[in-house]
Amino acid sequence: MNNLKLIIQREYLARVRNKTFIVMTFLSPLILVGMFSLIAYLSMLNNSEKHTIAVKDDSGLFEGEFENKEEIDFVDVSAISLEDAKLLVKEKEYYGVLFIPDTKNSKELAQSIRFFGKEAPSIGILKQIERTISKNLTTRERIARGLDISEIESAEAKVNIQIENFEGKRTSKMSNYVKMIFGGAAGYLLMMFIIIYGNMVMRSVIEEKTNRIIEIIISSVKPIQLMLGKIVGTSLAGITQFSIWVVLGTVLLFITSSLTGMNLLEAQPQMETIEQASNGEIQQLIIDIANLPMLTLIISFLVYFIGGYFLYSSIYAAIGAAVDSETDTQQFMFPIILPLMLGIYVGFFSVIENPHGTVSTIFSMIPLTSPIVMLMRIPFGVPWYELVISLIILFVTNAGVVWLAAKIYRVGILMYGKKPTYKELYKWIKY
Amino acid sequence: MDNLLVAENICKKFGNFTALNNVSINIPRESIFGLLGPNGAGKTTFIRIINQITMPDSGTVYLDGKPLHPNDVGHIGYLPEERGLYKSMKVGEQALYLARLKGLSKAEAKEQLDYWFTKLDIKHWWDKKIQELSKGMAQKVQFVITVLHRPKLLIFDEPFSGFDPVNADLIKNEILQLRKEGATILFSTHRMESVEELCDYMALIHESNKLLDGKVDDIKRAHKTNTFEVGINPFNENELLAELNGNFKIEKAHFKSLSNDLKLNIQIKTSESPNDLLQYLIAKSRVNHFIEVIPSVNDIFIKTVTRNE
Repeated sequence: MNNLKLIIQREYLARVRNKTFIVMTFLSPLILVGMFSLIAYLSMLNNSEKHTIAVKDDSGLFEGEFENKEEIDFVDVSAISLEDAKLLVKEKEYYGVLFIPDTKNSKELAQSIRFFGKEAPSIGILKQIERTISKNLTTRERIARGLDISEIESAEAKVNIQIENFEGKRTSKMSNYVKMIFGGAAGYLLMMFIIIYGNMVMRSVIEEKTNRIIEIIISSVKPIQLMLGKIVGTSLAGITQFSIWVVLGTVLLFITSSLTGMNLLEAQPQMETIEQASNGEIQQLIIDIANLPMLTLIISFLVYFIGGYFLYSSIYAAIGAAVDSETDTQQFMFPIILPLMLGIYVGFFSVIENPHGTVSTIFSMIPLTSPIVMLMRIPFGVPWYELVISLIILFVTNAGVVWLAAKIYRVGILMYGKKPTYKELYKWIKY
Repeated sequence: MDNLLVAENICKKFGNFTALNNVSINIPRESIFGLLGPNGAGKTTFIRIINQITMPDSGTVYLDGKPLHPNDVGHIGYLPEERGLYKSMKVGEQALYLARLKGLSKAEAKEQLDYWFTKLDIKHWWDKKIQELSKGMAQKVQFVITVLHRPKLLIFDEPFSGFDPVNADLIKNEILQLRKEGATILFSTHRMESVEELCDYMALIHESNKLLDGKVDDIKRAHKTNTFEVGINPFNENELLAELNGNFKIEKAHFKSLSNDLKLNIQIKTSESPNDLLQYLIAKSRVNHFIEVIPSVNDIFIKTVTRNE
């Protein structure tokens, strides 16, 4: 037990003191924040550009209807001809000319409005113009038909279906996206972690083999102790790295946003859905996030992380022990990457489509994919007994795989100069 | 004399390959024991079994009269044939780590390291990384790590392969010193001359079987053939040769001498005394060289191995 502690400590320090680790740990958040800042800055630059649109309104129906907005200025050029207006726009580098012909029939008019410009206008601007015109024309048409505007307005029924589950908890339409994002992020994170740190375990095993220190160590400790110590120590290094990333990323985001005076949160959601969303819906979004089974998600992340990471990194350790150099590992990599990829794809396609369908459920039970798939399912609410079954399968398999890996590891670390085949690995298990 | 280590009927198979076939070896306390055998004979497997790196299929190893226990790793110091250290770890840190894995407390480990590093004059390496050291320097560190925890049993697998002559000599003297202080030493090697020089006891393993073992002197005595190497200047060479041929088994010998002698190996019967041979030769020739041929470990090794094939 004491030795295991020593090994964990050494492995942890060896990982953490590694120059690449330090550089990656402190550079990655910088790169990430730099990238986000750049994107935010560029999109802000894009938005701050003011467009001027010349309006040639021959119908005379829209006088004063086009109000200058933050990003668009409207100039009335109804007095000059369309050709002159076009020339003017070219000369002054305006955004374009909006031409409203003189047609009294609003249906006809609606179809004959044109926009002339060097390039196609942005969808956002076009929609705005269309909305203004459409509202105006509709109102005019209604009046023309002798309808009572106030009657119509009061008769209008705005539909907003409230989604509730059987327990009576309210959710919004966005809640599914929220669940997807949280579940997907957790699953993806887990996969990255498994690959990056599993590889680290493997490299460290190979290093001990090529350095020939391995026999000295295993004359003092049991190979399985060394293997477990290595896996645990490396995982702690990984947790350290992620914690530093989270803290550093938050701090950096905060600093950059306060330095540049831009609000990163506001710079991004340009989507109309959010633009249109009423205050109530944004509140609902926050409630949705708050309503996620966060505690379950965090606890399951940790539990599934432990299970999944141990499963894969013990396989990585066995591979590291079986080969002499990293170049020999290729042939064994495929069977590791395959289930991970499968987990991610099943997660992104099947779980989002139908979180509780047969495919999703089965893959959240298979131990090689369950950590990823189950994490993606959890935000959608998974019955506790499924969780328990999946975890039992995972940990029982885990014990078996660690045991098998330890057998291969034990033999492999003392084998030199052989490029092992699967058949040989099978033989080692039986030694 | 009692035995520090007793291995009883050790068998080990790897698949279809038998690495050790019923091997029993006793290592007396405070002796230097040579484990001999060609490459692939099973020496390393045997040593790994003592170190509890591999488990025997059958048979028991006793250390100090008790069956080997996992905690016994603290009583054994092992320098494997394939040896190395963490390249990017500092010397001091690494030595401390390995010592503590052997069960020493941090304070004990520091104290011992201090002693050895001072003794070998390598204290200033403490904060250097192994990759900054030369191979010879790293070997010294390696040796210190092996003996640091004052083990009762020291095991060296091919100890002098890879050591430069200066270090090899230094290490040899340290080993002898350790023996004086009560350690028992097990050498495994296929280089016979080192056994000749250092070992009190030896065992010969060939193709998974132990062929012979015992005190080196006893084994030599058992293998000597009552042959004498002589360098003579005969008064009448042809007559003497004819007479010798009739009475003894003779063959040409090869050794260096200053005079132009007739060099022979003469084997006498066990019942005969070398004195009689000498007297006979003195009467017939001028004797410049007369010495009993004691078989070298190398000769015994080759003879035993070929006889068993």
